[in-house]
Amino acid sequence: MMMISTAIASETAHAAASAAPKLEPLHHFQVQKIVPLSLFGWDISITNSSLWMMISVAAILLFFKMALKNEAKVPGRLQSLAEMGFVFARDLVQDNIGDEGRKYFPLVLALFFFVLFNNLLGLIPGSFTATSQLIVTGTLAIGVFILSVGIGVARHGVGFLKTFAPGGLPLALLPLMIPIEVISFLARPVSLAVRLFANMTAGHTVLGVMIFFTVTLPVWAGVIPLSFAVVLTGVEIFIGFIQAYIFAILTCVYINDAMHMH
Amino acid sequence: MDTAAASLIGMGLAAAGMAGSGIGIGYVFGKMIEAVARQPNAESRVSKYVWIGFALVEAIALYGLVIAFIIMGQAG
Repeated sequence: MMMISTAIASETAHAAASAAPKLEPLHHFQVQKIVPLSLFGWDISITNSSLWMMISVAAILLFFKMALKNEAKVPGRLQSLAEMGFVFARDLVQDNIGDEGRKYFPLVLALFFFVLFNNLLGLIPGSFTATSQLIVTGTLAIGVFILSVGIGVARHGVGFLKTFAPGGLPLALLPLMIPIEVISFLARPVSLAVRLFANMTAGHTVLGVMIFFTVTLPVWAGVIPLSFAVVLTGVEIFIGFIQAYIFAILTCVYINDAMHMH
Repeated sequence: MDTAAASLIGMGLAAAGMAGSGIGIGYVFGKMIEAVARQPNAESRVSKYVWIGFALVEAIALYGLVIAFIIMGQAG
């Protein structure tokens, strides 16, 4: 993380030196302090990242408030949209965990909408994508990981260790399988965090590069990268949905794995 | 070799990891189309696993991006 931030800092410092338009695709991932705050020596400044997280949470609340303001038997457009999201997350939990998973439905719904709104709001020019920060996605992923381990230990006690030794395996293979299983178990939060972070970073970087080409090339040639950028924006909206869906479904899968050990 | 040049080459090589992920994503969706063509009413069940598989395969390519970032940070 630190290496990435130093890389981004050196990139922007380098870019500031020259006045001509310069390719700086990582500039808009830089976290800047807006209101510097500190609490007992901890840096709790409001940055552009945390500001946009607050905006997306406010947008989610506003969206559901607006949608359910005039609750109707026959839902309007906004209400059916909200109901679609709600039913989507409910079916996700129902299909992947079953009836026992109903108490984790609020978590999955909140995670889905938080990631989705952050991804989509990040596409507005001039905004900031909070999910393109490894620290944000890492916090979410580690939370999910701790929850799934907690459920497993609370349900199965020491028996939870059997996750690392799948049943029906010959004893001779155990020394080989247990390290592999442990590594793959520990890789879960890493891949959950890195997937979302890298998807958002990569997508926005490609968009930035395309827009840079559009600006610097002569008009007749700049049309080509511009059309690419338009198509990629559509792809990014789709990816934003897919990544939110995958984050939510993998949360369900991990909780299910901890509940009903295979 | 110059360190800056070597790190640029390394970052380029990190992008080569995309090839494997491309093959993987092709497999995932190709097999899904095959499965749905054989058994159209299994589509909803198949597509759930397809998106999980797609995410897992895609993440592998993006680790290459992370490695490129690390090299960039090292080079300064």
